Amino acid sequence: MFSQLKPALILLLIFTVLTGIVYPLVVTGIAQAVFPSQASGSLMTQNGKVVGSQLIGQQFDDPKDFWGRLSATSPEPYNAASSSGSNLGPSNPALTSAAEARIQALRAADPSNTAPIPVDLVTASGSGLDPDISVASALYQVHRVASARGWSDAEVQALVNQHIEGRQFGFLGEPRVNVLELNLALDDYKP
Amino acid sequence: MNNQLKKQSAFRRELYQRAILDSFVKLDPRWMVRNPVMFVVEVGSALTTALWVQALFGKGEAPAGFIGAVAIWLWFTVLFANFSEAVAEGRGKAQAEALRKTRQMTQAKKLKAPNRESKYELVPSTALRKGEVYLVEAGDLLAVDGEVIEGIASVDESAVTGESAPVIREAGGDRSAVTGGTRLLSDWLIVRVTANPGEGFLDRMIGLVEGAKRQKTPNEIALNILLAGFTIVFLIVCATLLPYSLYSVQISGKGVPITITVLVALLVCLIPTTIGGLLSAIGIAGMDRMIQRNVIAMSGRAVEAAGDVDVLLLDKTGTITLGNRQAVDLLPVNGVSAQELAEAAQLASLADETPEGRSIVVLAKEKFGLRGRTIGSSEGAPEGMRFVPFTAQTRMSGVDFDGTSIRKGAPDTMMALVQSNGQAVPPDLQTSVDSIARSGGTPLVVARNRSALGVIHLKDIVKGGINERFAHLRKMGIKTVMITGDNPLTAAAIAAEAGVDDFLAQATPEAKLKLIREYQSGGRLVAMTGDGTNDAPALAQADVAVAMNTGTQPAREAANMVDLDSNPTKLIEIVEIGKQLLMTRGALTTFSIANDVSKYFAIIPAAFASTYPVLTTLNIMRLATPQSAILSAVIFNALVIIALIPLALRGVPYRPLGAARLLRDNLLIYGLGGLVAPFIGIKLIDMLLAALHLV
Amino acid sequence: MNPYNWFQLIFYFVVLFLLVKPLGLFMAHVYQGERTFLDPVFGPLERLIYRLGGVRADEEMNWKVYAIALMVFNVLGLLAVYALQRLQGFLPLNPQGFSAVSPDSSWNTAVSFASNTNWQGYGGETTMSYLTQMLAMTAQNFVSAATGMAALAAMIRGLARHTTDKIGNFWVDLTRTVLYILLPLAFMLGLALVSQGVVQTFSQYQTATLLQPITDASGKTVTTQTLAVGPAASQIAIKQLGTNGGGFFNVNSSHPFENPTPFSNFLEMLSILLIPAALCYTFGKMVGDTRQGWAILTAMTVIFVALFAVNVWTEQTGNPAIAKLGVDIQQSDINPGGNMEGKEVRFGVANSALWATATTAASNGSVDSMHDSYMPLGGLVEMWMIHLGEVVYGGVGSGLYGMLAFVIVAVFVAGLMVGRTPEYLGKKIEAYEMKMASLILLIPVFTALVGTAIGVLTPAGQSSVLNPGPHGFSEILYAFSSASGNNGSAFAGLNANTPFYNTALGIIMFIARYWLAIPALAIGGSLARKKKVPAGAGTLPTHTPLFIAWTIGVVIIVGALGFLPALALGPIVEHLMVFAQ
Repeated sequence: MFSQLKPALILLLIFTVLTGIVYPLVVTGIAQAVFPSQASGSLMTQNGKVVGSQLIGQQFDDPKDFWGRLSATSPEPYNAASSSGSNLGPSNPALTSAAEARIQALRAADPSNTAPIPVDLVTASGSGLDPDISVASALYQVHRVASARGWSDAEVQALVNQHIEGRQFGFLGEPRVNVLELNLALDDYKP
Repeated sequence: MNNQLKKQSAFRRELYQRAILDSFVKLDPRWMVRNPVMFVVEVGSALTTALWVQALFGKGEAPAGFIGAVAIWLWFTVLFANFSEAVAEGRGKAQAEALRKTRQMTQAKKLKAPNRESKYELVPSTALRKGEVYLVEAGDLLAVDGEVIEGIASVDESAVTGESAPVIREAGGDRSAVTGGTRLLSDWLIVRVTANPGEGFLDRMIGLVEGAKRQKTPNEIALNILLAGFTIVFLIVCATLLPYSLYSVQISGKGVPITITVLVALLVCLIPTTIGGLLSAIGIAGMDRMIQRNVIAMSGRAVEAAGDVDVLLLDKTGTITLGNRQAVDLLPVNGVSAQELAEAAQLASLADETPEGRSIVVLAKEKFGLRGRTIGSSEGAPEGMRFVPFTAQTRMSGVDFDGTSIRKGAPDTMMALVQSNGQAVPPDLQTSVDSIARSGGTPLVVARNRSALGVIHLKDIVKGGINERFAHLRKMGIKTVMITGDNPLTAAAIAAEAGVDDFLAQATPEAKLKLIREYQSGGRLVAMTGDGTNDAPALAQADVAVAMNTGTQPAREAANMVDLDSNPTKLIEIVEIGKQLLMTRGALTTFSIANDVSKYFAIIPAAFASTYPVLTTLNIMRLATPQSAILSAVIFNALVIIALIPLALRGVPYRPLGAARLLRDNLLIYGLGGLVAPFIGIKLIDMLLAALHLV
Repeated sequence: MNPYNWFQLIFYFVVLFLLVKPLGLFMAHVYQGERTFLDPVFGPLERLIYRLGGVRADEEMNWKVYAIALMVFNVLGLLAVYALQRLQGFLPLNPQGFSAVSPDSSWNTAVSFASNTNWQGYGGETTMSYLTQMLAMTAQNFVSAATGMAALAAMIRGLARHTTDKIGNFWVDLTRTVLYILLPLAFMLGLALVSQGVVQTFSQYQTATLLQPITDASGKTVTTQTLAVGPAASQIAIKQLGTNGGGFFNVNSSHPFENPTPFSNFLEMLSILLIPAALCYTFGKMVGDTRQGWAILTAMTVIFVALFAVNVWTEQTGNPAIAKLGVDIQQSDINPGGNMEGKEVRFGVANSALWATATTAASNGSVDSMHDSYMPLGGLVEMWMIHLGEVVYGGVGSGLYGMLAFVIVAVFVAGLMVGRTPEYLGKKIEAYEMKMASLILLIPVFTALVGTAIGVLTPAGQSSVLNPGPHGFSEILYAFSSASGNNGSAFAGLNANTPFYNTALGIIMFIARYWLAIPALAIGGSLARKKKVPAGAGTLPTHTPLFIAWTIGVVIIVGALGFLPALALGPIVEHLMVFAQ
């Protein structure tokens, strides 16, 4: 056993340095050189101020904004320093009551809309940071946002259409709308 | 009903009665612990019995009737397994009993010195020790195993072989071994004892057939490990189910936790009791099937190895060919007429009593119309014939009359004879000799007055049907190798005709041994038969070695099986029995495990009905009540052991279809069957229980 | 499932299977000590490592020495991970100033990463310094994966060789695995992931000003969002490739910085099964009959596809309790539909279910959606994949050696059924092999069931449960199953960062890793010593559809028999309840 101790120690040391320091440093070096924005978090700036990341969702509950998925992070929703899902099981009453609360809020903000609500709008994302909603969920909210901002549905609809991200390479993943980007576009939009 | 049948059914009744008794005797935990699966069942039976007693005093975890019923059927499960073993042992035991009777009163005439004149004292056979010498005279029973050192006598060995024709035993040579328990019919023998009391051939046979000294075979041990593994898994499953149930009751706030009785019932249903209960019966039955075919296997290991054999070494003579060569053709040379040659050949063979010689006479008669003439009396036989027998010096035989001398013999000897006469060897003689040799025949040259007349074509006659047997073996994946003393040319021709895969020509005992070792180092398992003392080293080396009962003591010692019929083609049956044994184990293991699926569907919904009523959806058999469901599963589990005893004893039939086909068929029957059958069986039992209002 | 879903699935398998042969062949070269095209790059480094370590590369070991070397190396690694966590407060590269990790959590994480389980009781971005992530997590991701692959290579040599007691040199196998296989693949994958938006930086956490200020649980107004970043891509690449699964962030690959796009998702999913699948080909190549490798791969794939079908079907069907509220769970071109709780919109239902099935099949344990929120049958599939012994692809190395144990059992029973004492690849399967194979099958069942029993019996075990009813039972069962399968995924509602779970799961992960690896090596050692029996007409062929079906049957039956009662009290009863209403 002791004859194996020396190679064990030395190889552990070598591999720790090689894979734990050299490898990440090399990857970081190349990544920062070739993909500087992506490697640093795909940050979005407005007026020189970081307003978020393209990839990380933010909490919106104002009727004039598009709302994103439910977020189960704590202490506040969309806490990007502490990602978390709800982990509620399918039979858990808390799951249905969270959905019910969201449904009520959506209905209250837009009483005239009686269409069924797309499922992603009443469920929490896995990360609690999901930046996207489904196209159906965006379309569901068009009327509310438009009336809250006093615009026509068509104008908002057009903005939504611009922000639909199709399947990657035409077949991967699901079509979706980035909520933060859409809301930023809303704020920039001059009717 | 005729007498025979009556006797048989009486025998069977006695067998079963004894087996039932034995089933209870075997409940002894010290015996049961040898079989971990059934030991667990026994412990479970005891536990539920205790719970039943507790319930009788009104403190039970469930109604006493239910616990009692489960307990009874668990005991039945153990008893049925013991019964299967007892029945398997029973037949052997009966045979052993008969054997033992023959020898109880044996007295031996122990000699002070190994000669006929020496004085003897009467001692009980059990007092004889290895190396001592005793005398047997006509009418005596041979006391113990030994080797004849003086005398020649006929012996009735029917006690061992079941064969009533007496056999000759004599000092020296290949017929010197005698077996204790056999009877001398004529003359006398002086025998040196080769086995101490209790170690003789008959003793070993008794031990083996009784199964008392049965050692677990390597494959059986491996299978037992697997079964023990499954048993442990299910022990864990059932043991942890109690806490799970307690927790489920706690969180759902409903129902009662699973009872110990149901847990034990579930455990017994899940562990592989079918194969666990029948495993030793399968092993004993394998040995028993050998005995029924008059083969005594010296160990279960040998039976198991027989299933694995992939090379079979067979002696040519007596196994592949009829013992003797026969004349099939006469080829005249040098312008001699066929008729002339036939006449000379016949004359030269008249006094030749060997089968070859007789066949020459017959051929001459049939093919050339020469009447079989016998010495002196017959018509046309020249007067004053003097026959010259074959000797090792002259290496030819023949006849002299009227100044004519006719000789026949091996080509080289005869050519020398012709040349010694100053004559040249006719060129067509050499051609004929060669062509006969190439075709696998033996040429015999005939000369009159030292000038060649022609050649007799002697041929080995391959046994009828042997070709098919080899094809059969090839399908089983077994390679056949013919062993012969012939030259390679002859050997090749016969091998081709008989359809063996390979041959060893000009075989010596050393060459045989070497061949076996070569095959074995290539990872193959080799089987062979032998009878002579010079076969002993090869027999000892072979994985499956079958000695002929007519063989010498060393051959029988070296072998791990003895064929009492002394039939060299028996190897094929031996291999099949070995395969059957293994297949039966595999099939019943598969069946046993496949059974478990249905038992889950019966017991799980029943066990948790009070906590999670919604689980009744899993009760796809629609069993009447939770209790009837559990009881039905337990009853089915016990009955299936009884139902499969005949299969365990008979063995799963083997057909030489190739491994893939066999696997498919057996998986369909025992895998799929094992999956489906219990669903039907449990449902039927449940319906019966419900109809009788038993639960 | 719409046509896009179908196409993605088919695309996934096509790409995976196209890569099996070239990568498998390459790995066979690596383990047979042959030159590869990477020799010019890593050859000198390899020889330098041997020289520094005093390793005689040409000296092979018998199985016992091999096992000792493996154990010594792994225990040292475990100690190093423990020490790094306890000392991280004093060490550099700790921009967030995290203090020492608690002893029980450190123990748990140390075992977890050394044993290739990568169960995480902690949240990465709130617990571990960059240095710990790199030196402990990333480095162990490499060497623990290499350990499993080395053990497999040794076992395969045992099957391929005959009449020898040598099954290779652990140090050589370890070094060559890291240098020639894991590092190049991780490097390529890491950069590909960065291109998609996976972060790779040593800077501090970023702060963004929120567009809309919000109030937190305590009523405080929050105006900024702290964006946790770090050198994630390099670690994620190896955690996917090495079936490690320990994420950089708490929610693993559902985190947008860990898995930002459908393409990154595709690459990460591909990496889960890539090496385990390719190792089947390596196996076939090394034993001289690639059909044997394809046969095992086929068996794995059939089980995988069947269980995946159940998972995606049940997830796409969705939760009737949610549908009842007037929610649209029907899938359409613009609505992912189904059960979206715990799933990300960019992946949708089909990709999430595929990931969940793959990660549990392969003992990876990374997630791109929350298993705890899956429908009961979806959760059952995930749990049961673990219960099958982590042999459907399985962990790198460990999956195949586990599968070979199942094959040995399958061969044993099938061999008997064709009337021969069983043999596999010309090697007789006897009592010793059965003993070791039984251990490999038995130990995970034992640890999972007994662990769960302790969990449900003790207040410490019960108090961590988040969800009520049978789902709570499933959470405990999943945790102990995950540790027993060295998987690492979780029903994350269970708060496992407690002394009880940290300690208990740590012990189980240790047992489940090494009490399986050592019997696997023992089988290799025992088979290496045996003679090779040439195949004949009576030999059971082990590459035919029939044998593949039989192997599948054995895996399924053993898995079902061991866990059906427990599953009945968890996901099965929950399913019946959810759909009974």
